[in-house]
Amino acid sequence: MPKITIDNREIEFENGMTVMQACELANVEIPRFCYHDKLSIAGNCRMCLVEMEKSPKPIASCAMPAGEGMVIKTNTDLVKSARRGVMEFLLINHPLDCPICDQGGECDLQDQALHYGFDKSRYEENKRAVNNKHMGPLVGTIMTRCIHCTRCVRFSTEVAGVDDLGMLGRGENAEITTYLEKTIKSELSGNVIDLCPVGALTSKPYEFKARPWELKKTETIDVFDAMGSSIRIDSLGKTVLRVLPRLNEEINEEWINDKSRFAIDGLTKQRLDKPFMRKNSKFQIVDWNTALSIIVTEINNRNKNKTLALSGKLTDIETLYSAKSFLNSIGSSSYDCRYDNAQFIENQRDSYIFNSSIQKIDDADAILIIGSNPRWEATVLNARIRKAYIHNNCKIGLIGKAIDLTYTYKHLSNNIDYLNDILNDQSDFCTVLKKAKKPLIIIGTSAINFSDGKDILKVCAEIAKKYQITNHNFNGLNILQQDISRVGALDIGFYNNFFDLDYKNSLKQHIQNYKPVVFLLGLDEIDLSILQDSFVVYLGHHGDATANIADIILPIPAFPEKTSTFVNMEGRVMQTTKSYNPIGESKEEWKIFRALSDQFENKLNFNNLNELRQEIITKFIFLKEINSLPSVLLSKFGLPVKIKNRELEYNIKNFYMTDSISRSSVTMAKCSKEILDKVA
Amino acid sequence: MLKEKDKIFKNIYGYDDWGIEGSRKRGIWSNTKDLIAKGSDYIIEEIKKSDLRGRGGAGFPAGLKWSFMPKNSGKPHYLVINADESEPGTCKDREILRNDPHLLLEGCLVAGFAMQAHACYIYIRGEYYNESSNLQKAIDEAYVASLIGKNACGSKWDFDIFLHRGAGAYICGEETALLESLEGKKGQPRLKPPFPAGAGLYGCPTTVTNVETVAVVPTILRRGAQWFAGIGNPKNTGTKIFSISGHVNNPCNVEEEMGIPLKELIEKHAGGVIGGWDNLLAVIPGGASVSLIPKSICDNIKMDFDSLQGVQSGLGTAAVIVMNKTTDIVEAITRLSYFYKHESCGQCTPCREGTGWMFRIMKKMIDGNVQHEDIDKLLDVTKQVEGHTICALGDAAAWPIQGLMRHFRPEIEKRIEENQQRKAVA
Repeated sequence: MPKITIDNREIEFENGMTVMQACELANVEIPRFCYHDKLSIAGNCRMCLVEMEKSPKPIASCAMPAGEGMVIKTNTDLVKSARRGVMEFLLINHPLDCPICDQGGECDLQDQALHYGFDKSRYEENKRAVNNKHMGPLVGTIMTRCIHCTRCVRFSTEVAGVDDLGMLGRGENAEITTYLEKTIKSELSGNVIDLCPVGALTSKPYEFKARPWELKKTETIDVFDAMGSSIRIDSLGKTVLRVLPRLNEEINEEWINDKSRFAIDGLTKQRLDKPFMRKNSKFQIVDWNTALSIIVTEINNRNKNKTLALSGKLTDIETLYSAKSFLNSIGSSSYDCRYDNAQFIENQRDSYIFNSSIQKIDDADAILIIGSNPRWEATVLNARIRKAYIHNNCKIGLIGKAIDLTYTYKHLSNNIDYLNDILNDQSDFCTVLKKAKKPLIIIGTSAINFSDGKDILKVCAEIAKKYQITNHNFNGLNILQQDISRVGALDIGFYNNFFDLDYKNSLKQHIQNYKPVVFLLGLDEIDLSILQDSFVVYLGHHGDATANIADIILPIPAFPEKTSTFVNMEGRVMQTTKSYNPIGESKEEWKIFRALSDQFENKLNFNNLNELRQEIITKFIFLKEINSLPSVLLSKFGLPVKIKNRELEYNIKNFYMTDSISRSSVTMAKCSKEILDKVA
Repeated sequence: MLKEKDKIFKNIYGYDDWGIEGSRKRGIWSNTKDLIAKGSDYIIEEIKKSDLRGRGGAGFPAGLKWSFMPKNSGKPHYLVINADESEPGTCKDREILRNDPHLLLEGCLVAGFAMQAHACYIYIRGEYYNESSNLQKAIDEAYVASLIGKNACGSKWDFDIFLHRGAGAYICGEETALLESLEGKKGQPRLKPPFPAGAGLYGCPTTVTNVETVAVVPTILRRGAQWFAGIGNPKNTGTKIFSISGHVNNPCNVEEEMGIPLKELIEKHAGGVIGGWDNLLAVIPGGASVSLIPKSICDNIKMDFDSLQGVQSGLGTAAVIVMNKTTDIVEAITRLSYFYKHESCGQCTPCREGTGWMFRIMKKMIDGNVQHEDIDKLLDVTKQVEGHTICALGDAAAWPIQGLMRHFRPEIEKRIEENQQRKAVA
């Protein structure tokens, strides 16, 4: 390996590294504002200047490629003086409003000023003032604070793939702007707030709400899509004030989408905090014991062994397992998680997970997307596809309605029967797949949520085999799930084959025939009319439409209020951490089912969360390994059949309102109005 | 004194026909095919031997620069001509562009062939409307006469020339900002490395070179490197167009021998300083970006790269700005400071913030409305800008002020004291 000398210490570095990266290897910290690992190099802040032997001028270490035999000095008077100079230049026009700045306490400029700032100002002229810009309902601006690092511009053009941000003007008059004061039309726009090293771009919903040091910081997992992005929840009392991404190279890198970040105000709105009972078409508050005893009576009075439990988007493993165990204990096996009718092949885990892993998208050089709008279904994953598109010249084909995915793709067809053409080598895209070294298929749930879903999976598996998308040690056939709950639910068998192929009708039939007690585990995506004649017990945290028709409402904690286990779309087991205690009288679902089981013959065995988890792990050993990828699965789905013509329709209609939390969020309502021009 | 027969720019004043007919009579396009036939290595070697230094301001040896172009990169090579002549005081390229465009075009072909480029872009300053129209006409004529285009001059080398008009930003004269602008982006300098010879226009090997540098190439090849190297002083060879402006009786552009004494240049060609040589206050010898030199230095200085560098100034673009004793020297330099503040691209911190700061202190200094320590503060600011920026505009903004302080500090101190007295009286 080549060697470089940094501050008289010789170290080895890898080819392709910059001087700054080499300095980091040597544990020498270089101050920077404009440089960011995940963005292109701008080299414009000049804070990272270091001295290089044989160079008359100091060099910008972020941009200079490290070379064999270079001699770098980072602690000389020249370097210190240059950094102090840059710091002074940055501060002459920067307002001294730190006490009222949202960035205060976590500001790069503040931190660096401690090391390189002067104790008094030599600048006697008037400071520059810049008009604030409108960037939409999420990103607030105080542009006088801007230090022109252009991280936000680079992020939006490179990662988010929208050209909404840019720099206008020249010299002192240069301004970061959305040109015509337009809203940033990206689902990743919130990340520019994190990227801004100063307080120029701030979070509008969080504006002037709190100081960062008084917030309780909880490292946990995002639940708004099936990726399970790493996040940090900052809460004050029982309110979540901020959600920030945590670095996780394997999943979300450093980004999260705007829904994960900003839907949190929905956590304090429309909350169910007490058990309710319907009496004469009105809801009455009841105590827990009454509520549970009514449920027990109803179960006994109705077809006990046909009692139903249906899970929703955010249902965790603990709930699923305890509900399933409870139903089994009273002789019922009627439970299911497939409210959207998305099909899978039984006992074959690779028919419902993202087999290649999210990180492997980076290496892909051809991707066939079938019935998925990844921009809305997994925004951060879509940014990875864009990354492959930019860095690998990845060729992308889409079967489904043409939409803006932030990168160029070949629109193959609106109809699912195009898969026949691909299988039979009758499509132009076949040549792309053949040439590709690391091709992938991504199947959205919108493609497989019909009765022919299993057939589509079979054909896709055959395509994958034919074009070497799967081979003996790699499986590039991916199913892009939309809900964090789904993979886990299928894993622990929270389904009944009776509801296969045509979920809605079989459910209707079941309810009409048996008029059972129906447990809705936070499920809001259901046709309410089919629930008639049943006794609906709604376990949820938000008073959404379904709660309205329930007979009993049991309040449960929302995701930051409990610790839960989920399995993300890759089949990776994850655990969330509790940020604060549940609001009101809400209780975890497993406690409810445990209490109910007390009133029946076969009691559930667990008495606390640890025992519950122990039991789950004993039954499902793979749930023991937290945060690790499952090994490559390659099973046979069966012989392909000819796919019939059907036009694809994406099942997310409004990115900003997909679940009970985001539907209750004022911020999300503003977004859907301003960005999508939709009222609900 | 340059002999008439050694002049390269025979139609600098536009007395003759600038079109293809007149150009042919002056010997342009006469044996271009033979020049190309000598081969790319020969051409570059001859230019190296001639010691031709870039005429755009930095004075980098041209042959050496051209030799940086990779041999077998597998990518197209580009020649880009920097005709964005915006340096205050400079108007030498303008005369070539409007009065002798074919000289440039022939140079483009020969130089382009030498660096194995099939395409040449001429980036011309937006304000040069008439120049661009003459140049475009010349390009059209050359295409019709098959001098450029497919099989240019019968040399079997395909060579296209495209004219691109800028939009009036000084920074687009910086070679990498020029490339950005040419690519249709905002004109902001790029980080170096990579240098344009490695990754320039559209990421391909590119050489950006000044109009005058390229225009002299065919003549050097025709008359030999020895001839060119014989004019002027060692390492500072050949002829050079000087633009003389300011307090002279006869402002003009003139082609002269490199290394001609400044006094001789002004007196012989520009009709002398207004009010006589003794009325001279200072001269900016190379366009706005270099330090001024006071009369004491002007008396004996030779106009070439190394001599002027020896007195902490520079030849730059050889735009000689003459200021006699009627000049308010502080105000003059303040005006230059304003120019740099206005033209800073705003990309990197020291220049964006520093140029405005420098200008504002300078403005107050005109009336002496500062404290004595502010002079050192200003100098410190110039030192913080100089060498810390992405491109050379930061240096260019710092040097005129440093030059002023080096030679006219007593003048400013005098003004400060006068101002303090005025205040005391009031």
